[in-house]
Amino acid sequence: MMVKLLDTLQLPIVSRRSTFGMDEVLIAVEDWIKTFQVLHANGYSLLTDLCGAHFPESDAQYHVIAHVHNLQINHRIRLKTVARDNSNPQVPSLTGLYSGANWMERETFDFYGIQFIGHPNLTRILNSDDMTAYPMRKDFPLEDDTRDDKKDEAFGR
Amino acid sequence: MATNNNQSVDMAPAPEGIEGSGFFLTSLEKAVGLARKNSLWPLPFATSCCGIEFMATMGSHYDFARFGSERPSFSPRQADLLMVMGTISKKLGPVLKQVYEQMAEPRWVLSVGACASSGGIFDTYSVLQGIDRIIPVDIYVPGCPPRPEQIIDGLMQIQTLAETEKIGYRNSPEYKARLAKYGIE
Repeated sequence: MMVKLLDTLQLPIVSRRSTFGMDEVLIAVEDWIKTFQVLHANGYSLLTDLCGAHFPESDAQYHVIAHVHNLQINHRIRLKTVARDNSNPQVPSLTGLYSGANWMERETFDFYGIQFIGHPNLTRILNSDDMTAYPMRKDFPLEDDTRDDKKDEAFGR
Repeated sequence: MATNNNQSVDMAPAPEGIEGSGFFLTSLEKAVGLARKNSLWPLPFATSCCGIEFMATMGSHYDFARFGSERPSFSPRQADLLMVMGTISKKLGPVLKQVYEQMAEPRWVLSVGACASSGGIFDTYSVLQGIDRIIPVDIYVPGCPPRPEQIIDGLMQIQTLAETEKIGYRNSPEYKARLAKYGIE
């Protein structure tokens, strides 16, 4: 049933697979909005989640992952896209379709520095406003850098 | 004990002084110290599990109120003692500092638990590595979280500080220098 559903929607899919009992589709970043327009028109009216991911070993490092839920048939789809430019990753904003995307895209921007084009207020939401780094990027040192009481040899390094 | 309705009530002992018929003579410092010690109004700044321990401390079993801290003050203007209990993120730091600045003198700060004192297990970019980076702390209570007995011990040490504080200390250059280190006034 799930396979048929996805096929009937005729989404502009780059690739697809099924993991953890959930269909997952990769969408080109240019088709990101169009895909959600189709999904929204076909009952996938709940944007359950939206987040980012950083794969420093990949050519295109910054990914955006979204989950949509069709409440009428209780079906979920996981969608991924990849931002093209690693120095300035950009993905179109879904705020025009899903109001709930607003804060989730702000969070993703806050932690990964992914720019959501068309977002009404793309500012930091969880971290301090004066922060300049994007802390969930893999190259960001997680340990607090202001401590001077930590001796490397005590930590075996 | 519970059946006896005529229990004697423990009063705070009078300070050293000269007593006679109808008068009692002591120094102003000791009288003020006695009053301050036994009416510390705490402001509970509770952000995590240490705050839960504080709730137990406030409850009937441990009864924080025995020490004259009957009234938790949720306004910094009327508080004597800032009790910081829990992880303080860097984003919350300026809020905590503003709360401290709004308190009237004399004021004390009790840092409860590993997180407030040093950042605790949260050695990470988003967590303040001890509140003493932004406000002066008088007493640190170790523990993760500390038991109510430890929090009470911390309060009793604050009481000792309040009792023995010299008159005029809050206007002294020594105290001003202590605040200046944190960029306060």
